[in-house]
Formats: sequence, structure tokens, C-alpha cells
Amino acid sequence: MNTENIKNQARQIRRDIIEMTYCAGSGHPGGSLSSAEIMAVLYFHTLQHQPKDPGWEGRDRFYLSKGHACPVLYAALAEAGYFDRSLLKAFRHLGSQLQGHPHRLKTPGVEASSGSLGQGLSLAAGTALGLKMDQKPGRVFCLLGDGELQEGQVWEAAMAAGHFKLNNLCAIVDHNNLQIDGPVEKVMGIEPLADKWRAFRWQVIEVDGHNIQHLIRAFDFARGIKDKPTVILARTVKGRGVSFMENRAEWHGRAPNKEEYEKAMAELK
Amino acid sequence: MKQNNKYHLVTDLNFKTIEQKPTRFGYAEALLELGRVNPDVVVLDADLAKSTLSGKFQEKYPQRFFDIGIAEQNMLVMAGGLSLAGKIPFVNTYGVFLAGRAWDQIRTSICYGDLNVKIIGAHGGLSVGPDGATHQALEEIALMRVLPNMRVIVPCDSNQAYKATLEAAKIKGPVYIRLGREPVPVITTDKTPFHYGKAQTCRQGKDVTIFACGLMVYLSLVAAEKLQKKGISTRVINLHTVKPIDKKAVIKAAKETRCIVTAEEHQLMAGFGSAVAEVVSQNCPVPMEMVGVRDTFGESGQPWELLKKYHLMDGDIVKAAEKTIRRRRRER
Repeated sequence: MNTENIKNQARQIRRDIIEMTYCAGSGHPGGSLSSAEIMAVLYFHTLQHQPKDPGWEGRDRFYLSKGHACPVLYAALAEAGYFDRSLLKAFRHLGSQLQGHPHRLKTPGVEASSGSLGQGLSLAAGTALGLKMDQKPGRVFCLLGDGELQEGQVWEAAMAAGHFKLNNLCAIVDHNNLQIDGPVEKVMGIEPLADKWRAFRWQVIEVDGHNIQHLIRAFDFARGIKDKPTVILARTVKGRGVSFMENRAEWHGRAPNKEEYEKAMAELK
Repeated sequence: MKQNNKYHLVTDLNFKTIEQKPTRFGYAEALLELGRVNPDVVVLDADLAKSTLSGKFQEKYPQRFFDIGIAEQNMLVMAGGLSLAGKIPFVNTYGVFLAGRAWDQIRTSICYGDLNVKIIGAHGGLSVGPDGATHQALEEIALMRVLPNMRVIVPCDSNQAYKATLEAAKIKGPVYIRLGREPVPVITTDKTPFHYGKAQTCRQGKDVTIFACGLMVYLSLVAAEKLQKKGISTRVINLHTVKPIDKKAVIKAAKETRCIVTAEEHQLMAGFGSAVAEVVSQNCPVPMEMVGVRDTFGESGQPWELLKKYHLMDGDIVKAAEKTIRRRRRER
């Protein structure tokens, strides 16, 4: 798929995110919108997967560690063909296959249950270790939030992945600088981020997380690294694509009302 | 070694002469067997491989052993990740650092996703001894049995730990096995059947039933002999599978003996006795007395000194049995 098409997918994913959170009356649009390009590149360029056969043995795995951003995952999975788009409107409703946070036993294509922050990278490291033991080709991708990096377990996992030289593991940090209580640096500073990951024996790539070509190049480069895991620090804008949501912490976990919904959808045409 | 043919149990319970072995020994032997027969079995530890005995597996199968360092939360979830790659991980460290420290990891990443991880809690109970309260896990049965999809097994001796470990590998989904540090009397034999999820009757009786798990099964059998001398016929049932609990066996015993004692090396609140009480109270309410740790932390001391001080001995079980029988008589 070419850059232009992936860009269009990212826009459609954004429209789905607004649609889902509006229909649900709750959810997390901010951190979903910020990772739309990352997910579009993963699901329409980088990942080796077969949406009609979610359990295909040779597949790459994607684990969403920042589980609250599941609207972006559900949208990407629907667009990729894992399930029918009509399911999106039932997001967060009683009996829905699309839970408020991802659940692997409910949704085709969801590989891991998450929602309690800080655990996804350990899961990804474990799977990467298991695949490497058996010399299987699959790679493991894990998307984390930047606020999430305040969880100590992330660094336990980072230490282990570096120690075991898990070059089949690629973490992506959606570095949008905002968490619920405000700017990440103000709440509990995480910088210097690149140095931290390097100190834990990771290859670090810093990119503009909304630039499709940069992301593609970063994922391709990571595939060639032979002796360590890679982290892509993706600089992003929380709420990206909807003017009144951009860079505003209050859109972390609140849904648009009817007026806001219509305004957002008009912007995402 | 005298054996009771009906139950394939050792019948001479003399503490001075009965063979004693820690449950972790049987576990370690089973791990080696699993390593031999099942290439998918992998083992993780958090810097305690010599103590949990997972190191025995490490010596034999170094490629399938991972020391994750002193990082239990990461270890548990990495094990979950390994299971998603088709492995059957056995995770090892002390019970407090598994069930306690990594509880949310076990809940969200492992149980919610129903991942095939075997969690082996070493050093359960007061019998850990001199390390004291920080290392004496007295809460894991409660913490683990409350989680959907989790199974909880508390083997009574080394032989049973061996069998339970092999069984756990066959189950698809999370399993917690509680082991102990100290040598405890071996009351089962190679021939004793182990049926996951089924109560193991160790002695028949009609006046009172004692339900026990772990080390307390031996002490309950000793208590039953003492009660026999007082003319009280005592049934002893080993509920090694605390979850899923064998409801039928509990209800049957409640109906037949009309009073019950539970015995556990664990907090009374929300633990093993509570699990039995949940079944009894909802199906066939009869008087119950519970032997266990009464809402207090342990302390340093020799294992048997501690069991005595915290009222977990055979004599305490005898008293509880007499009390529950008295209560039943009053109710009639």
C-alpha cells in the first residue's frame, strides 16, 4: 500500500475513533487519535498478518499496552478486515465484542488483554523470547503511552528485553506529552527518554509519529537490527486531526457530544 | 512403611519415624519429567532458583530456563507472553512475591486473558520458619481463588506435589500450586491416586469431617487418631484442589457427619476454610469450626514452634472437632 493510501486509512481510523467514542458516550479519543498513523502503518504496511486467519502461525503480533487507546486498534482491525465495521458502533455497549479495554477472548485480532498500564511490554518480551527460541519468523510490536512509562514494570521489561537481545521486538512510544492530570513532564518527568532506553540496551529511533514515510522507514530499519530490541519514539500530538482536541489533556478520556461529533467529523472529511 | 490399601496411604503416622520431605522436592522431580516429555515446557525464576528448586530444571535444560532477575511483575507477564508463543511456562518464586506483589499482573494479563501459565508459589505458610512474616505467605489461597479462570492446588506432600505438577501441565489455563519449604510427613505413596478437582478421602468417619489441605492433612489424620481414642469417628478429606472445589464431596460430608472442621496453614479470612464454608452455608448449613491463622502476621521461629504458637497443631484440630460436635448436639 502506498503512502497516500495509508494516509487515507489513518483518516478513516480517526473518523472511526470519533464515531465509536460518540456512540459509546465514553472512551479515550485523545491517545487514540495521536496513534492513528502508527497503527495505519503497522496494519497496512509493516505487520505480516492474515485478517481472515487471525491465528496464522507465521504472523507478527501486535500488543496494545496502552489499552485505553483501543478505539484506534478496533478501527485498524475493522479496516484491515478482522471483523465487520458495523461492530464499531457497539463499542463499550453491553454484550459487545468491543470491550472498553482490549480483551483477547472477545475480539478477533486482539492478541492481548490490557488496560492496567505497564504490562504490555513484558507480554511482548515474553512472546518475542518464545518465538526466538523456536527460530520463528514472527516479530512482536508493542504500543505504549508516554505517561505509561512511569510504571516501573515497563523498565523491568525493558531490562529483560535488552538482556535477552530480543531483536524481534519493536516497541513504539506514542509520545504525545500529555496524561490525564496534565503534561507528562509536569506530572512526573520521563526525560531524557532516548537516553533511558539506550541505557537499557535498546536501539532508539526518533520519528515524527504522524509522518507515514518516517514511520515506514523506522519499522524497516528496526527489522534489520540483529542484536537488540528497538524502540521507536514517535513524537505525536494528542487529539491529532480534530482541532479542538489537539494538545488538550481533557480529551484523554471524554467522548464528544453531538455538536462536537459533527464538528470533528467535518474536519476529518 | 505400612499402607492402608483402600486409600493407598501411609498408616503409621508416628512423627519420629514417618518419612519427611518438602513438597518442593516432588515438584522439582516433576519439572524434570515434564522437561523430558514436553518440549514446550519452559521455566522462569526470579533469582531464587536454588531455593524453589527450579534450578534442577535449569541444570538439565538450560535453553528452556530463564532467570528474569528480581522482577516478579515482569516475570509473570513475560510468562504470559511465552504462553502466547505456544510455551507452557512454570513461574517460580516465593508465594508472597507471586500472589501478592504480582497480583494485578496475574489478574489482568494472565487470568483475564486465560493464559496458560503455571504459577508455583514456594514457601507457603508459617512453616517457612526463621525468615519471618515477610516471607511466610498466608494469603495466597484467598488472593488466587478469587480470580476467575484461576485454579488453586495445595498438595499435601512431596508425592502429591509431583502428581499435581504433571496434572497442571495438562490443564489449559492458569494454575497456582502452593508449595512449602520445610520437610513434611509423606502420607501418600506412588500408588495413591491424584484426581485434579476431586476430593481425596483419607479416612472414613461418621461423627465429624475434617477438610484440610497441604501440611494440615497429616495433622488432621493424627488428630483423627486421637479423636478415635475418645470414641469419635472422624472423616478426613484432603481438598488438594481448593479451586475448583469439589462441591459434591463437601455437601456429602456435611449431610453425613452434620458438622465440619477445616484446617489450613493460611489466614482464616477468605482462605481455604472460607471456600468450604461457602459451599456448606449455601447447600447444607451445619456447625463449622475453622483452624488457621487468625488475622495476624507470623514471626521468626522454627517451623513446628510456629505451628504450635499459632494453634495449627493436631491438638488444635481435636479441640475444634469436639467443639463443632458439641454445637451440633446443642442444635438438635
